[in-house]
Amino acid sequence: MTIFWALVALSVLALIFGLILGYAAIRFKVESDPLVEQIDEILPQTQCGQCGYPGCRPYADAIANGDDINKCPPGGDATIKKLADLMGVEAKPLDAAHGEEDVKKVAFIREDECIGCTKCIQACPVDAILGAAKQMHTVLSEECTGCDLCVEPCPVDCIDMVPVADTPASWRWQLDNIPIKQV
Amino acid sequence: MYKQFDEILTRINDGKLWDFPGGVSPQGKKELSNTTDIDRLPLPKELYVTVKQHIGVEGHVEVEEGQQVLKGQLLTKSMNPFAVPVHAPTSGKIKSISPHVSAHPSGLPKLTITIEPDGLDKWTEMTPLSNYTELPKIKTVEAICSAGISGMGGAGFPTHIKASPKKDVEFLIINGVECEPYISSDDRLMREHAWQIRQGIDVLSHLLTPKKVIIAIEDNKPEAIKAMQVTCQEQDNYIVSPIPTKYPAGGEKQLIQVLTSREVPKQGLPVDVGVIMQNVGTCFAIADAVYTGKPLVERVVTLTGEALNAPRNVWALIGTPIEHLLKQADYQEKRQRNSKVIMGGPMMGFAVASEQVPVIKTTNCILVPADKELPEIGDEQPCIRCGACADACPASLLPQQLFWHSKAKELDKAQDYNLFDCIECGACAFVCPSEIPLVHYYRIAKSEIHNQELEKDQADKARERFEARKLRLVREQQEREEKHRKAAEARKQAMSSDKGDAKDKIAAALARAKAKKAAASDEAADASPEVTGKQDKVAAAVARAKAKREAAKQSTDSEATTDTAEQPVDKKDKVAAAVARAKAKREAAKQITDAEATTDTGEQPQDKKDKVAAAVARAKAKREAAKQSTAHQADATTNDMQQTDTDTSVQAEPTQPMSKQDKIAQAIAKAKAKRDAAKAQQQEQDEK
Repeated sequence: MTIFWALVALSVLALIFGLILGYAAIRFKVESDPLVEQIDEILPQTQCGQCGYPGCRPYADAIANGDDINKCPPGGDATIKKLADLMGVEAKPLDAAHGEEDVKKVAFIREDECIGCTKCIQACPVDAILGAAKQMHTVLSEECTGCDLCVEPCPVDCIDMVPVADTPASWRWQLDNIPIKQV
Repeated sequence: MYKQFDEILTRINDGKLWDFPGGVSPQGKKELSNTTDIDRLPLPKELYVTVKQHIGVEGHVEVEEGQQVLKGQLLTKSMNPFAVPVHAPTSGKIKSISPHVSAHPSGLPKLTITIEPDGLDKWTEMTPLSNYTELPKIKTVEAICSAGISGMGGAGFPTHIKASPKKDVEFLIINGVECEPYISSDDRLMREHAWQIRQGIDVLSHLLTPKKVIIAIEDNKPEAIKAMQVTCQEQDNYIVSPIPTKYPAGGEKQLIQVLTSREVPKQGLPVDVGVIMQNVGTCFAIADAVYTGKPLVERVVTLTGEALNAPRNVWALIGTPIEHLLKQADYQEKRQRNSKVIMGGPMMGFAVASEQVPVIKTTNCILVPADKELPEIGDEQPCIRCGACADACPASLLPQQLFWHSKAKELDKAQDYNLFDCIECGACAFVCPSEIPLVHYYRIAKSEIHNQELEKDQADKARERFEARKLRLVREQQEREEKHRKAAEARKQAMSSDKGDAKDKIAAALARAKAKKAAASDEAADASPEVTGKQDKVAAAVARAKAKREAAKQSTDSEATTDTAEQPVDKKDKVAAAVARAKAKREAAKQITDAEATTDTGEQPQDKKDKVAAAVARAKAKREAAKQSTAHQADATTNDMQQTDTDTSVQAEPTQPMSKQDKIAQAIAKAKAKRDAAKAQQQEQDEK
């Protein structure tokens, strides 16, 4: 008889916990893989596709599935270091096959030469180019990520990538006036 | 240990104060400049008024180049609460509104309004608020804001924001400490204009209703203490409190600690501990703004250093270039090996980038030291872990750790050691026996972190836009499909509703098409090149397709099936295709040029067509070039295979010159098109 009651008690408990767990699974459901989110947070979001994936998010997916972390030239060594910390792997130097780290640039359209073909607008991953068919186009330099994707489709080669100018707000202190000597 | 108001008050009344940790005692050197009255200078040739001189946002420029302005006239305006306007420092003409070297360590240009004084120094109309006690407080705050007053002690925080806090204020502290060596502008101001400073304090205490007003002055300025005591004796609520001389006692957080023993929380404001602090210069400017309606157009600047023959304090108009000040102070160039002018004091100031840098609202001192006076910092030696910097730090930080992590770019760890609580006072670098420029390292790390945060914000924005675009593309695709589906349905319905009619329509359309074809064939007789060109193209395309297929086949089983009979045929195909292509292209180019030659150049649409044609030709050329470069590579590889068979290689050779001819033909076509376009444009202009 005691065995019977023990079994009843255990099954009632199991039922209750099962219900709680089942409810929790619905109530606290995680929408997507948080690891991918974390990786995506670290990536520079230029959406340039230099890693071989169509955007930063797909590359984040790929890293989560075991791809190399050194395929992002715009992020450079800083991004690789952060990714290595997050993924718990060794930081590797940037894979030269995907390009080299460069100064931050933004696209600039030479407006006299633009014929208004809208090809660059279609290529821009972040909608940072403004214009309409047969009208001059221009780049919103605040929004431009410097991904380079608009340069190739331009039929008249009127897009330049220009380095971003320093302002007093973004200026970095330099130690240039202090020569560093090896001792 | 949060001290209550009464306890603090009794200690201040007894003259017993607290202390802040660390601190250093550099030589004061104030007697260089504090013995003479504040002087007035002649007007400079040009004034450079930087549009943004404070912490916050800049206003919109309200004046135009060439406009005449009066002294005190508003130059910028903004509705943003963190904006502070700037005013014309004298009457004259606006010479330009353009970037000019800024009073910032970087010296990078900032938007600046250049004024050429007319020498009259004529004031604009002023509206004083002498009955401010009867008006609502907001009117006074407005007056302070529109007078362009921002903190004049150094940081330049907008004063009107500090004058309207959201929390109760226990102490209003008036900062006359001026702890940095050499500087004596506040000292002279207190000695000479104590009454007006008191008026400013009156306005502030009306606005803030503090329980107590403390005027803090370092005990190395007995004359200033005396002057302030005399002017404040009839106000029971005011107390002048001499504080011990120690650098950096004038720092906001340090002074609060000395007077109240309260510590401003991390990332907090003094008002969080019931304190508001204002500089004496700010009080003077507030009195000007409220009692006379004068905006902030000038300030006291200490000109000092042993490379000046006449060091003293002067009233400098905002925007006065340093060059003018140096001339007035009789700058002796030969006392400096390398020209070095410091804006601010020796501890926290920075070397200016050029002598055209203007005075701004926060400029309290121009220091021009002789070589022997402030020796150049020697070479940086390794840290010996002596710990002197930690003893000197007034914020109780660990400068060594911060130094290691900043140098190694371990920014997270530097932040863990509270890098952002560093006030950059320079005490650690002052005591360092290894002459390590510690503050420089901290500043680099700080700006690095700021930039990283900025990049993070930008990345988030880019992600948002990228995602929005993806959604939009999907939505557009769906809408398009929906539209097509609806159109198809409508067509079907129309067909089924009246079949006979539809059939008639189809028949009519067919007839139309036939007629068109007939017309086209008629035209072909006139313009045979076009048709042949087209035919050529088709033939070429077919040949190309064949050749491609063959090539693919060949590459897959080139080793397996070395059928010698098949190879020549394949080669021939290729050659034929290339020849056909070249012909087609030449024809096309000829047509374009022909078309252009015959066009009526006066007509607008033709001109456009030319441009388009030119663009198309350029695009084609680009594509061809790309293709050819790959083709060359392919040729190179195939050539190796072909070398055994001499016959075929001879046959294959003509393809190379052909492609070159193509290029030349294209180049000619392009050049012609361009010339024609230019000609057309010129004619058009002539006609106009």
